[in-house]
Amino acid sequence: MADLILRDLVKTFDKTEVLHGINLDVRDGEFVVFVGPSGCGKSTTLRLIAGLEEVSSGSIEIAGRVVNNLEPKERDIAMVFQNYAIYPHMTVRRNIGFGLRSSRAPKAEKERRIEEVAALLGMTDLLNRKPAQLSGGQRQRVAIGRAMVRDPAVFLFDEPLSNLDAQLRTQMRLEIKKLHQRVGSTIVFVTHDQVEAMTMADRIVIMKDGHIMQVGTPSEVYHKPANTFVAQFIGAPSMNMIGGETAEGGIRLDTGGMLSLPQPLPPGRKVTLGLRPEDLMPDHAQPLIEGPVAVREPLGHETLIYVSTPSGEIIAKADGRVPPEVGETVQLGALPENVHVFDAATGEALG
Amino acid sequence: MAATDEIRATSDSLLTTEGPRRPANAGQLTRWTLLFLGGVLMVMPIAYMISTSLKWPHEVYNLKLIPEEPTIENYTYVLEDGRFYWWFVNSLIIATITTLSNVFFDSLVGYTLCKFRFPGRYIVFIAILSTLMIPTEMLVIPWYLMSQQFGWLDTYWGIMFPGLMTAFGTFLMKQFFETVPDDFIEAARIDGLNELQIWWTVAMPLVRPALAALAIFVFLGNWTAFIWPLIVTNSVEMYTLPVGLSSFGDEADVAWELIMTGAAISTLPTLVVFLIFQRFIIRGVVMAGLKG
Repeated sequence: MADLILRDLVKTFDKTEVLHGINLDVRDGEFVVFVGPSGCGKSTTLRLIAGLEEVSSGSIEIAGRVVNNLEPKERDIAMVFQNYAIYPHMTVRRNIGFGLRSSRAPKAEKERRIEEVAALLGMTDLLNRKPAQLSGGQRQRVAIGRAMVRDPAVFLFDEPLSNLDAQLRTQMRLEIKKLHQRVGSTIVFVTHDQVEAMTMADRIVIMKDGHIMQVGTPSEVYHKPANTFVAQFIGAPSMNMIGGETAEGGIRLDTGGMLSLPQPLPPGRKVTLGLRPEDLMPDHAQPLIEGPVAVREPLGHETLIYVSTPSGEIIAKADGRVPPEVGETVQLGALPENVHVFDAATGEALG
Repeated sequence: MAATDEIRATSDSLLTTEGPRRPANAGQLTRWTLLFLGGVLMVMPIAYMISTSLKWPHEVYNLKLIPEEPTIENYTYVLEDGRFYWWFVNSLIIATITTLSNVFFDSLVGYTLCKFRFPGRYIVFIAILSTLMIPTEMLVIPWYLMSQQFGWLDTYWGIMFPGLMTAFGTFLMKQFFETVPDDFIEAARIDGLNELQIWWTVAMPLVRPALAALAIFVFLGNWTAFIWPLIVTNSVEMYTLPVGLSSFGDEADVAWELIMTGAAISTLPTLVVFLIFQRFIIRGVVMAGLKG
């Protein structure tokens, strides 16, 4: 267990720079999730930490030791792969024990570790099976077991749940989180699924095009997104964006509506307003924007309505029991404290 | 386990149970006819080999498949002739060593070409592949001159050296290693194995079917090799089976019945090799460690 520190981490493939100076401090025992669209550099960062790729410049520190030039096996890390990568020709016992090959511990001690990990993962009965006889979830558990048995300073997970079906994914998500609470190890987890990120992370690192866009707790990135990218990436359905301009006492929307802000901004500035669907309510006392309902998506406890407005299609959440009809014109409004304001040019959050 | 056995048994019985018969259509008839003809074409030479080995010399040119006076005299003669044992052992030693060598070196080179990025990798691969285009007949002369210079004529090493590693085997293994996902190799690297250990304990077991196929090819190829052993060997004791068999008879006459007898006996080891390794081939590449 240890701190993991990334300093000005740069990675270039041939002549293309794919990571542009990543800085991050992961505290001992923290569960950090890297999330972002494909090609954002999250997996590359993980592979750099693992030592599967060479660092172009910058440094990686694990437990106070710069590991840039160390082999993966010398870095005191363990990794769980998206494809599990458990060896099909070995039993579960051998697969889990594989991580202990290089350890000098006596055989009995190794056996005890394997049994212990298997018990922790509820796999004691499966130890003598081959991977072919296991389900997807069980295979992933073996992969996690193989990582755990070595008791590494840092666990690295590379999209470990994306090959599982939805139900199993939810279950494994919970199991990994419980495991973290029990074992208390440092975990770096990569995913493209923002729900996974939100539910599991102590802190989320949101990446785009080789840059870190924001680092924060799930609540911070959701409620105080640093920019429009984070605002739209986190949360489903994604945040509505409406153009406007600051004016005396608030913001004038491009569509004409006026929104008063608790903390006024200097007037005459082009801005983008961000409104989460759940913060946009039909029949609000202070309507901001209106239009006919184009599509309804009933989800049971609530209904998503897609409203055609002059600013494009706006998604809002309506009551699950008596949602507006398709074609019905609704007026949507929001509380000023729930409105996110971004600079229209840079996309950075204001105020 | 019991449950899976049961499932297997059920699926087996499902496979063997005959469903309702549908009348064969024209397409099926054509297919069967062609397959039957193909089958006959394959079996005929073997049938003639066995049949000839059971004939007396005067009957050899009588092309009847069933010998008029069948005899096992030829077998007694060949098996009692000490030379046959020499040749058999020679061929066995050469084919076995060559097979082991190919399985080891071809896969080592194939793995390296497949999984490592190094400057000139592509050129090396192309160079290896291009040697496939050169026929054995052309290489025989340089090989011979080489053997002569180094004193390898009429030795096991002389017979074996051209086939200890093959371009074809390297190519085959490289292609098969492509099917081994990098995740396995990276996982092993993180688990602390060195590159040679990864190749041996992780990659090799995953390409076992390919190794089996390669072993069969190489073994058969060397077991039946004729031209090079014929050229490089001088003494009767160094002959391999095919070379030895062809020497039955004298200048005036070829003893076909003896050659066929020797050939019939010599197919036995190839059958054994095939039966051992085909199991691995039929089982196919198992990739159960990964999400498929």
